[in-house]
Amino acid sequence: MIWNEEIETMSRQDLEELQLKKLQKTVKQAFDKIPYYNKKYSALEVYPEDIETLKDIEKLPFITKDDLRESYPFGLFAVDIKDIKELHSSSGTTGKPVVSGYTEKDLDTWAETIARGLTMMGIGEEDILQNTHGYGMFTGGFGVHYGSHKVGAAIIPISTGQTRRQIEIMQDFGTTGLIFTPSYGIHLAEVAIEDGIDPKDLNIKAIGFGAEMWTEEIRQKVEDLYGAKAYNIYGLTELMGPGVGIECEAQNGLHIPEDIYYPEIIDPNTQEVLGPNQKGELVLTNLEREGMPVIRFRTKDLTEITYEKCDCGRTHGRISRITGRSDDMIKVKGVAIFPSQIEKALLNAGDVEPHYMIIVTRPETLDKIEIKVEISEDIFFDGVKEMVSIKERIEKSVENETGIRAKITLVEPKSLPRFEGKAKRVIDERDLH
Amino acid sequence: MKIKQLSIFLQNKIGSLSNPLNILSEENINIRALSMADTSEFCILRLVVDNPDKGKKVLENNDFLVKLTEIIGVEMNDTPGGLTNVLKILKNNNIDLEYLYAFTHEKIGKAILLIHTNDNDKSIEVLKNNNTEVISPEEVYNL
Repeated sequence: MIWNEEIETMSRQDLEELQLKKLQKTVKQAFDKIPYYNKKYSALEVYPEDIETLKDIEKLPFITKDDLRESYPFGLFAVDIKDIKELHSSSGTTGKPVVSGYTEKDLDTWAETIARGLTMMGIGEEDILQNTHGYGMFTGGFGVHYGSHKVGAAIIPISTGQTRRQIEIMQDFGTTGLIFTPSYGIHLAEVAIEDGIDPKDLNIKAIGFGAEMWTEEIRQKVEDLYGAKAYNIYGLTELMGPGVGIECEAQNGLHIPEDIYYPEIIDPNTQEVLGPNQKGELVLTNLEREGMPVIRFRTKDLTEITYEKCDCGRTHGRISRITGRSDDMIKVKGVAIFPSQIEKALLNAGDVEPHYMIIVTRPETLDKIEIKVEISEDIFFDGVKEMVSIKERIEKSVENETGIRAKITLVEPKSLPRFEGKAKRVIDERDLH
Repeated sequence: MKIKQLSIFLQNKIGSLSNPLNILSEENINIRALSMADTSEFCILRLVVDNPDKGKKVLENNDFLVKLTEIIGVEMNDTPGGLTNVLKILKNNNIDLEYLYAFTHEKIGKAILLIHTNDNDKSIEVLKNNNTEVISPEEVYNL
């Protein structure tokens, strides 16, 4: 079944016409209403009327997470606060958070993208959807919630945690759909098995998972554990939230609702726009957003896009699984961490900038992060007590900065590899690429 | 009156002790006394050598992190209770002992105790006041 057949199976030509119309409107709205765009575009002498074809989007500059942060909190809103109905924000672990504002219509558009995705997963009126994404400022919880309302499923807004209660509810309520991050989903299944409940005996028919890097093996594991199909959901707070890309029954790439988001793939180094089936960084533009239109946002996520017609009959382009980042961001237990945060935490703890290396592993199903810190004059003491307290201080500082508990290992001076130019600070041994 | 000790940071892994010791032996520096404080991940190697300044320099040239720490050498009786007597003096004067190591040498009936306390100066004073001999650094370096 297709939620919005007319739009989702539109011919490429019709779709591009629609996109151009919406793009022109969006650029005009941004230029007229948002000083940030007005200033930036004027300085580059590019104006809304210069957008005559879709390709003309390349005349416009990119916007980055830093730009969004500098506009904190409401600097990129195109409407008065009286028209904003909901506010969300990224966790802000890397400085000021990014705020996302939604008008009534934006919430409906957001719900539409999720509704299309839930329909791809086979979730509809008859279903009971257990949403383990956190409800709060994080967009994951509410995005799924609104989409579920739209398709008419019964949503259980349980949020993350309370693992045993989750299992009890799955059994008692007869949950048919699950939304989780892959690592939490696997954990959930393992706890159930420990308690003598086989997740396959539950009534689950579809799983939506996201907010975390994953591999085909992880998908396979989730599907084996639950005996149900698992579909990837991709999204970003900056653009709206989850629903920017969702897998259909073909499980061969994530459909981007192209009437709502305009995708481009660029070479992250030269910033040149690449063609279909070429790997690069995903750049996204809101085509249907009143509250906060974001134009040419550099996601830093690496993927490729194909416009070939999908087996499911939908014509909208598909991105492949995100295979990495064009910056150093790592996701550990679903939390985004940048090496710069670790640097800051180390500075706070020891007043020096030690050499360090971040090692991320997934020994079983949950992520572990270890930070190797080279010991230096300033943090070396003759007493074991002092050394242990240094270690604890670093641990606490990292936790304050990132929200994640990391294992700190003090290592000998000059024992970590040195790099010419840009240092490689992260070793990801989770084999996600 | 205080002895210069080398404190060296090492990771607790196979072979990590032999590296600094090799360097010292190549530089013809003799170890007089040694102890190691270890945790599951790292250790602090504490050495008294015949030439502490040179020892520090050669280790640092090889990227080791070395601190010169001052410790106190105490001569005690090499008989049952010899150590207890010294410790009693410190305890009675409310001095917190941070670590110690001890060894015997050719001086029959005597042993040397090396200590580090929260207040080394006060320790020297109270030991002397209690007729306990605090030995000169040279005596240990030149053993």
